[in-house]
Amino acid sequence: MARAALLRRLTWQTGTIVKIVTETARTRTIALQVPEWRGHRGGQHVDIRLTADDGYQAQRSYSIASAPSDAQVEITVERLHDGEVSPYLVDQLRLGDELELRGPVGGYFVWQDSPGGPLLLIAGGSGIVPFRSMLRHHRSIHSTVPVQLLYSVRTPEDLFYREELMRMATSDEIDISLTFTRTQPPGWNGYDRRIDREMLVESGWSPGADPLVYVCGPTAFVETAAELLVGIGHDPRRIRTERFGGIGENP
Amino acid sequence: MTALDGNAIAGMLQTAFGQDMTAAPGTCAGCGAASRLGQARVYRGAGTVLRCPNCEGVLMVIIENGGVMGIDAQGLTDLHVPW
Ligand SMILES: Cc1cc2nc3c(=O)[nH]c(=O)nc-3n(C[C@H](O)[C@H](O)[C@H](O)COP(=O)(O)OP(=O)(O)OC[C@H]3O[C@@H](n4cnc5c(N)ncnc54)[C@H](O)[C@@H]3O)c2cc1C
Ligand SMILES: [Zn+2]
Repeated sequence: MARAALLRRLTWQTGTIVKIVTETARTRTIALQVPEWRGHRGGQHVDIRLTADDGYQAQRSYSIASAPSDAQVEITVERLHDGEVSPYLVDQLRLGDELELRGPVGGYFVWQDSPGGPLLLIAGGSGIVPFRSMLRHHRSIHSTVPVQLLYSVRTPEDLFYREELMRMATSDEIDISLTFTRTQPPGWNGYDRRIDREMLVESGWSPGADPLVYVCGPTAFVETAAELLVGIGHDPRRIRTERFGGIGENP
Repeated sequence: MTALDGNAIAGMLQTAFGQDMTAAPGTCAGCGAASRLGQARVYRGAGTVLRCPNCEGVLMVIIENGGVMGIDAQGLTDLHVPW
């Protein structure tokens, strides 16, 4: 019986847009009602497929932003101005529209309730999305695993989930550090530069605490962070990365 | 071309193998390093190439054409399919 369930094919499903939330000038969170959703784990993603009138198809991956216990499946998409798929998702989709997706997929970049040490999460820009799912899950199961999140964005206007993160940071288990690499809020006395060795040493668990480390964001950001982490002595086998792609500047 | 993680092509792998493969351990034929497919470095072009996180040797090439998938896994000396 278990085998039959395992072997169920990964098929394309249709979700209906039931809610849209503006996160930043370029970013929206899209909530989908997916009739046959079989549940997910924090950190997994879905593949989204768009089909043009002439049959041309484009497919992209988006991390799941909602918690496993949430009623809807949410994704948060940032518009890249020369992008093929993201401008459509951010600017064109309306409530009631349908979207083709398959998932949840990805069993590697997930966190459930690791008994194995504290959690260190490092996000660049839209790389915060899977961590929102993990952190919501952490809250909903009242996990006692201590978490440190380091989140790098260019400007205060680029922060996703601002209020929710501030609320989460009031819990004893969750500690959040922000760095604004280009423009800082008035009166800001926190980090104002790209992540570096010193920042990771100050705001993240030391290798001695044997944390489980997740790094997510644009490819260049993830590679920089992962190298720094190994450089300060973190066990590469305890570091999981999710590269979102892209070339160019780090958040 | 920019790299992704093996995890990013979880959907494609699951379609090919019928189950999640991102946690499946494999051994590189080039350097002998063991890694999980989710840790491979992935380059997407006409086909999808998975490279060893240790030596960058090619582990697997996946070609998708009209709904048919071809997989060349000669760069892996073994791959543990979870069942
Ligand atoms: C596992 C996974 C999860 C992801 N989750 C999210 C998510 O939660 N939210 C989200 O907004 N995106 C996410 N992405 C990125 C997403 O899949 C698309 O790559 C992104 O939306 C761009 O698609 P596009 O069609 O608009 O741009 P494209 O037409 O593919 O590319 C347009 C231009 O932007 C560059 N580019 C492509 N991707 C990126 C990138 N990620 N960052 C910077 N430049 C890029 C390209 O090199 C090109 O020059 C994820 C990617 C992966 C692999
Ligand atoms: Zn190798």
